[in-house]
Amino acid sequence: MTDLTKLTLAEARDGLAKGDYTSVELTEAHLKSMDAHRNLNAYITETPEKAMEMAKASDAKRAKGSAGKMEGLPIAVKDLFCTEGVQTTAASHILEGFKPEYESTVTSNLFGNGAVMLGKANLDEFAMGSSNTSSYYGNVVNPWKDKSGKDLVPGGSSGGSAAAVAANMALAATGTDTGGSIRQPASYCGIVGLKPTYGRCSRWGIVAFASSLDQAGPMTKTVRDAAIMLGSMAGHDAKDSTSAPIAVPDFEAALTDDIRGMKIGIPKEYRVDGMPEEISKLWDDGVAMLRDAGAEVVDVTLPHTKYALGTYYIVAPAEASSNLARYDGLRYGQRVMDEGDSLDDMYMKSRAAGFGKEVQRRIMIGTYVLSAGYYDAYYNKALKVRRRIYQDFEGAFGQVDAILTPTAPSAAFAIGENEGDPVKMYLNDVFTVPASLAGLPGLSVPTGLSAEGLPLGLQLIGKPFDEETVLRVGGVLEGAANFTAKPAGQEG
Amino acid sequence: MSSLDKETVRRIAYLSRINVSEEGLSELAGDLTRILDFVEELQEVDVEGCEPLTSVADLTLPLRKDEVTDGNIQQKVLSNAPMTDAGCFVVPKVVE
Repeated sequence: MTDLTKLTLAEARDGLAKGDYTSVELTEAHLKSMDAHRNLNAYITETPEKAMEMAKASDAKRAKGSAGKMEGLPIAVKDLFCTEGVQTTAASHILEGFKPEYESTVTSNLFGNGAVMLGKANLDEFAMGSSNTSSYYGNVVNPWKDKSGKDLVPGGSSGGSAAAVAANMALAATGTDTGGSIRQPASYCGIVGLKPTYGRCSRWGIVAFASSLDQAGPMTKTVRDAAIMLGSMAGHDAKDSTSAPIAVPDFEAALTDDIRGMKIGIPKEYRVDGMPEEISKLWDDGVAMLRDAGAEVVDVTLPHTKYALGTYYIVAPAEASSNLARYDGLRYGQRVMDEGDSLDDMYMKSRAAGFGKEVQRRIMIGTYVLSAGYYDAYYNKALKVRRRIYQDFEGAFGQVDAILTPTAPSAAFAIGENEGDPVKMYLNDVFTVPASLAGLPGLSVPTGLSAEGLPLGLQLIGKPFDEETVLRVGGVLEGAANFTAKPAGQEG
Repeated sequence: MSSLDKETVRRIAYLSRINVSEEGLSELAGDLTRILDFVEELQEVDVEGCEPLTSVADLTLPLRKDEVTDGNIQQKVLSNAPMTDAGCFVVPKVVE
């Protein structure tokens, strides 16, 4: 029998429909793979019993002749989505033991369509990070190794999700992306990651980081899988006032492989100083692939690109500082309090003990830029620059259908590298942050290997709510690149 | 440029309601200054006549009927609280 964990989501869906195997068999195979790869620390909470229950229910449902879009398919859920009755930590000590009394809209949609939950995937604490080294529950290890064989980061913040998919511990996973948290780990782990347009998926029930930027999306083995899974996750939700009241198209139908006559923009500002040769080459190769497929390649300019990171690191911490004010040691989460303590003492001790270093830094930066006397100089200024960045994209999309850039400035780096200087870590998001600030869909597709044998991805950015074009071009890129490399032990 | 001193960090830490040790304050002063230096480059952008962009969502907030749609879930609301009593959250004494 074939190894069921090596199937794509689409193959598993079709195999289930044909009766080649059951959801119980698929789920058991993935639970076994989770046992075998526990050293990667991709999951904070495994839910094998729940998974088997859901798989049995799914097989029974199918036997009665009904099957949803994700029927019987076992997936990992980033531990930022509230899951009813299942511990939801956001990788923070402050939420250790928190069991939501409700289900997030996105997971509710997925489960409603038949998906099976294998467990809750590890991440950077409160999704703040690019390396998955800020989790209270330990680092995630990238299943890929460089030539020295040392442990590498999977990227972040959705590092557990990316590692789980890359190591065949889940057919697919949910991620969330605030400044690159789906796309950058997808690139580092050699998988596909799609951040949809802001408003495409409901944020309800997702632990909030920066509400004007946060967006959920699929992390999968193929572009087709991303199209299938997004179709299940997306949709208007009255419980999220920023969720878009528009219909969800058939994303899979967009994968026509035909991009003849399409215009693809290449923004010169992304060719940053000191860009490694191999990233530059990866990008050029991608351009050639799209041109060969019949697309017209057009130079575009996004003049405010260099200010995107600075804007992001004001806007995101500002929003985080207000969102994370809710962790007060009172209604849920950890409380630290000694005899005779005041209310303020309780807040301050609980938050000091509950939040990790990076989260504390971001809350404080956010508090500072919102404080009296600094609001205009920092926060308001950043919001104005954000509009400039948005206008840059508006201008570019007057000329082109999609924009092609590298996903990240490097391949995965070793655990422990880029620590010690918060700003150095932030630079990993240089190519993903601009689309986040403009709320645009961004897709990372693995297209090549670094000299060290590590995966590298290219990013496609699209117009608002035009995930279809992004997926269509992504499908062509995937086909042309024919990226078949796998981490050691996952070949074949 | 905008170097933060220990006293400023102490004030920010209090506004953030996070306890920080004396040594922690010095370390944070360095980290936060580094971040502020990094974002300083925004000052050179010309934003004359530019409205702040608070949200990319192209919609006006939807209104709904003013009616109760949820409730009667006291046990659920309290289920994750560190300390409860008689159906209420328990906080330290705030009034002498």
